[in-house]
Amino acid sequence: MDFIPHTDQDRAEMLAAMGLESMEELFAAIPPELRARSWELPPPLGEMQVTERLTRLAAMNAHGLTCFLGAGFYDHFIPAAVDAVIRRGEFYTAYTPYQAEMSQGTLQAIYEYQSCVCRLTGLDAANASLYDGGTALFEAAMMAVRKSGRQRLVVCSSVNPIYRVMLRSYTANLNLELVEEDLSDPARAAEFIDERCAGLILQNPDFFGRVRDHGGCFAQARAAGALSVLACNPLALALVKTPAEMGADVAVGEGQSLGLPLSFGGPYLGYMAVREPLLRAMPGRLVGRAQDAQGRQGYCLTLQTREQHIRREKATSNICTNQALCAVAALVYLSLLGKQGLIELAEINLAKAAYARSRLTAIPGVSLVDEGPWFNEFRIALPIDARLAASRLIDRGIAAGFPLGRYYYDQPNHLLVAVTEKRTRHEIGLLAEALQAVLEEYPLS
Amino acid sequence: MRSIFEQSRAGRRGVAFPRLELPAEAWEVAVLPEGLRRAAPAELPEVAEVDVVRHFTRLSRLNFGVDVGTYPLGSCTMKYNPKFSEDLARLPGFAGLHPLLPQLRRGGLLAQGALQVLHDMDLLLCAITGMAAFTMQPLAGAHGELTGIMLMAAYHRDRGNAKSVVLVPDSAHGTNPASAAIAGYKVVPVPSRQGVMHPDDLKPLLNQSVAGMMMTNPNTLGLFEPHVKTIADLVHGVDGLMYYDGANLNAILGQVKPADLGFDIVHLNLHKTFGTPHGGGGPGSGPVGVVEKLVDFLPVSRVGRRADGTLFLDYDQPKSIGYIAPFYGNFGVILKAYAYILALGGPGLKRVAEHAVLNANYLRVRLSARWPLAVDTPCMHEVVLSAAESAQRHGVSALDVAKALIDFGFHPPTVYFPLIVKEALMVEPTETESKENLDELVAAMERIADLTESDPESLHAAPRTTPVGRLNEVEAARKPDLSYRGACFG
Repeated sequence: MDFIPHTDQDRAEMLAAMGLESMEELFAAIPPELRARSWELPPPLGEMQVTERLTRLAAMNAHGLTCFLGAGFYDHFIPAAVDAVIRRGEFYTAYTPYQAEMSQGTLQAIYEYQSCVCRLTGLDAANASLYDGGTALFEAAMMAVRKSGRQRLVVCSSVNPIYRVMLRSYTANLNLELVEEDLSDPARAAEFIDERCAGLILQNPDFFGRVRDHGGCFAQARAAGALSVLACNPLALALVKTPAEMGADVAVGEGQSLGLPLSFGGPYLGYMAVREPLLRAMPGRLVGRAQDAQGRQGYCLTLQTREQHIRREKATSNICTNQALCAVAALVYLSLLGKQGLIELAEINLAKAAYARSRLTAIPGVSLVDEGPWFNEFRIALPIDARLAASRLIDRGIAAGFPLGRYYYDQPNHLLVAVTEKRTRHEIGLLAEALQAVLEEYPLS
Repeated sequence: MRSIFEQSRAGRRGVAFPRLELPAEAWEVAVLPEGLRRAAPAELPEVAEVDVVRHFTRLSRLNFGVDVGTYPLGSCTMKYNPKFSEDLARLPGFAGLHPLLPQLRRGGLLAQGALQVLHDMDLLLCAITGMAAFTMQPLAGAHGELTGIMLMAAYHRDRGNAKSVVLVPDSAHGTNPASAAIAGYKVVPVPSRQGVMHPDDLKPLLNQSVAGMMMTNPNTLGLFEPHVKTIADLVHGVDGLMYYDGANLNAILGQVKPADLGFDIVHLNLHKTFGTPHGGGGPGSGPVGVVEKLVDFLPVSRVGRRADGTLFLDYDQPKSIGYIAPFYGNFGVILKAYAYILALGGPGLKRVAEHAVLNANYLRVRLSARWPLAVDTPCMHEVVLSAAESAQRHGVSALDVAKALIDFGFHPPTVYFPLIVKEALMVEPTETESKENLDELVAAMERIADLTESDPESLHAAPRTTPVGRLNEVEAARKPDLSYRGACFG
């Protein structure tokens, strides 16, 4: 099956119009010795066969697991209207709105998305999106390097370890120094923040779900002339002190929690917002309001002289395609929930996590690792290897959380547990009972 | 149109999440201390679900997509996006799958279907390009470019090569030089002759500092680079690597494999070649393939197969460039491209290239009578015209032509690119446009050519059929208004 509308007659007429006799002649410009010698691909299938095959593959993945797995990517409920909007062909079959007059839908939606990101973060300007939270963090780090002319990036070890390994990969060829330390104590942070520091990168809630005020650290960074970067879960920003209130210059993060499915890792949504003075240093597309000759209000891509298609190697970033449709999904989600709804949802997350904490820590041998407050995630210490416990709980239909030993070698027994609005009291109870049963199988020596 | 914020009324609700189930004490502890709370709520709109649906439905009607009409935006490959793959990407077994599940012990067994998709795509893309292995992780084309240049750097580091320069043709996409620069390289442009690169222009630029060269083939003029093999040999002669920008692979599917041309690294744009939707600017997907000698440097993780036939994620790759994305790429997009490739199969993919080239040459022949070609030779999947003459004689620029086409119901071609063509109009019809659609496009372009001579003023005033006319972009950039500052109403 293909999607080519040509009939035999069309082909004959078109070839005749250009004085050709066969389709093969269309490729005459390619030297014969460069032509492919083989083309070993499967035979075509019908829509029905492909659907059957993928439905079978989908069924080979676990569904029905009760998900307490988070670690930066969460199992949230997505209202049906989100998909109803982004499945409109006018949105999803368009491309980057270069021709503003016939792209006002995408442009206005992105402008409204940018507005929502500003309102959530408290910062002045947001871009039209980046690929994901990790690449957004890298872009923020590069902004800090460019703005300060310095080479050292100081990153807290409670920033999502996936983002930190990405940062390490990206900076490997760049002659930058990456300092990764536990900076949860501002006094300790002071050791690393000096006139060599390009940027200080923190996360809130941090990878362990802890909510903190980083104002003190950021004040030190500002005094040292370094950029302050804060990675945030946007859902938590419904309640938590904003990046602007904490003194951050740049907020970035993963927008998946705003109405995007987990989808085995993507597509997700990197958001970025900055203080006004950093506007022209920001990577990515920007939509601005404009007027036509008759004074009518509209929207267009703006400040494009920062971008690769104009500046080439001198651009602020190489990004071209972004996550526009995901940004529209996030905007629809935020519009549906609204000012009160987002707060209430965040409170439900907070409360369900609190309830899960009380249930889990009541199990003999299980304890909390951190002091609160937390958002919707927390780490617990188990008396046995957390990977082993998680694997046994999978047998009972529960993805109990993320065993931290994978990224933190000194934490083999720590489990990171996320509780979203989707987890019921009953399911939380099942998790507690199942964990207790598993631990009872492994008597403490 | 009124913004969503202006439609807000205090107390109105879209979706509600009732507080249920929990014991009272859970709510009591669920309060953040005062010092950690934001001072005031985020002023998000307060609207009903019907308001939201109507607002975005109305916005969608101000948009033009492939589903609305012909969208010959050169270089972007705006072909028809099949509908069935949209449904498949939303199957709960895929859409609900947590990316960290395979990292739990035995969790990989619970994601075998997803790993099979990634594994199959790796093999399919290798068969299509002749590469030895693919990573599916890059999240867009430009992200694939950056990944490719990082692989280049890792290769040279491993061999102890001191390299500092990446060569990029003057006809290249802006992402090429930008990606090389972000990966830490100095960019040196290579000039072209009659739209293609000549080995004699390359030779003076080649020396031991050259890490590699980025090439698009067919290039951005829609021309196949005939000297590509000689160029590859020259670059390899200084231990440089050849990078293939796959933006235009759709033109040569089944005809040519980048590996046979001497390329070492390729990125593909699944959203161009393999029919996944462009989403108004994204998400895309930019898998990167490499020849055998570079496989060890690919990002972690890679899908491997155990002796018992099960698939797993292999993180044990000491030479890897590391993590360029959090997980396995834009899986939802990869899935749609997978469905597309399975549906078309080998013969269908070959037909894609044939009909893309047929359509572009048909337009070339029909349009060149009125619109001069940038280079007067047969083309591959796209044709570049120049409005330089009409601009000089009648004051009708490429932009005027583009805006006039809007009033005829077409999305305009790409304008002012490639940069080496004055007043460029880059037309890529794609294989999914019928002859009738192309004939209508030709008729519109002929009518515009007539108006260029008879009434150029009317073209300056285009478009007239859209909700707004040409916007004052200079003023918008001078005083940027990037977010709604007003209060929510009510």
